Amino acid sequence: MSRRARLWLVAVGGGALAALLVAACLDLPAFGGTRHPYGDRAVRESLARHTANTIASINFDQRAFDTLGEISILFAAVLGCVVLLRQTRDEHRARPEPEPVALPVRRYALAVLPVALLTGLYVIAHGQLSPGGGFQGGVVAATSLHLLYLGADYRALERIRPVGLYEVGDALAVSAYLVTGIAGLIGGTAFLANTLLPYGTFNTLSSGGTVPLLNAAVGMEVACAVVVLLARFLDQAVEIEEGK
Amino acid sequence: MADAVIVVVLLLVGATATTAVAVRDPERQALVLSVLGVVLAVLFTVLQAPDVGLSQLAVGSALTPLLLLLTVRKVRRRAQDKGRQE
Amino acid sequence: MGVLPYLVAAWIFLAGCYGLATSRNLIHAVGCLAVCQSATYVLLLAVGYRDHATAPVFSDVQPGSRPVVDPVVQALTLTDVVVGATVTALLLALVVQVSKRHGTVDPDALSELRG
Repeated sequence: MSRRARLWLVAVGGGALAALLVAACLDLPAFGGTRHPYGDRAVRESLARHTANTIASINFDQRAFDTLGEISILFAAVLGCVVLLRQTRDEHRARPEPEPVALPVRRYALAVLPVALLTGLYVIAHGQLSPGGGFQGGVVAATSLHLLYLGADYRALERIRPVGLYEVGDALAVSAYLVTGIAGLIGGTAFLANTLLPYGTFNTLSSGGTVPLLNAAVGMEVACAVVVLLARFLDQAVEIEEGK
Repeated sequence: MADAVIVVVLLLVGATATTAVAVRDPERQALVLSVLGVVLAVLFTVLQAPDVGLSQLAVGSALTPLLLLLTVRKVRRRAQDKGRQE
Repeated sequence: MGVLPYLVAAWIFLAGCYGLATSRNLIHAVGCLAVCQSATYVLLLAVGYRDHATAPVFSDVQPGSRPVVDPVVQALTLTDVVVGATVTALLLALVVQVSKRHGTVDPDALSELRG
């Protein structure tokens, strides 16, 4: 198909889609309305189970099965990246020379690294209490490790980041999520049902039954996944070259 | 008051997203996308969704642009290697 | 106000689609897909918003003292933001493979290659 014909097709399809979308938007309940039946019920359930952060309660309790699906997608995507970005037979590794880093950059990166890492871990740990949780904290913790690439060099990063270990961690975290679910099946009532542990005191670290456990598993999985992903991409961008 | 802030941030998001599409150079697009990530995080915070804002800030402003830039670097480096061999 | 947030979401989505269709570089196309994704976040959160409400987190708010926005849509968006990023990474890995095997990341040149 020629470029021109394709543009016409896009214009016609896009125009029709735009018309439908606008028509749908005009029929939606007005922005900021007070009718949120699902939201109200979710809040009630969350408070009944002593989970201060309703969103954590939805993700790791009321819709925990859905989150299992999400982390399976995440796991599969990471697996796909690892397979696609592995070193093939017609490629070789070229060690990059350590390049000089400006001193202020180095100092700043090394000073911020522990703070960022700690923030990530804090965000994971307090997922059921304050905004945050495994998904966000995992990303923060994993990206903070890569400040070492800015502050020192690629080899220093490789030393603190044995990728194989993180791949194992990724798989372990998914298994931990599954095991917690199955434990609910054996010791409680249903798969991933939050009936196994006492709900605890509202607004403390150990409240919410299995929510903190699942939250921690997801945090570990996301952190490991992001480290593995960035490692594979860095490998491709910095080290792996074509030809023997 | 809150409504005015929401309208301003919404329009800002729309404008940044349009710029991200209009910028054709993937390297620059990655930078615009990281700005979009920050603006979206602000919007989500204004819409009383701090959880989502936090994850958008971590993912949208750091992770996705970083992955895009690494891919650009890989693809460019391949093109350069090819050029040198020929 | 009324429907403005929904219209902005629709606009972002259409802009991303336009970028996808006219892109001359697969990396740029993946970036446009990320823009399309963010349209769904804006739409979902706009649907869940409630006037004069606060975030659905009760660590410092007495339960029942203030209305809260809809937490369900926020939970949906939250997981998708992170999972979407890994899917973007998978697409970028595919782009790297395409560039290795075919030596180009221009979708037009690729379709000519395949005939």
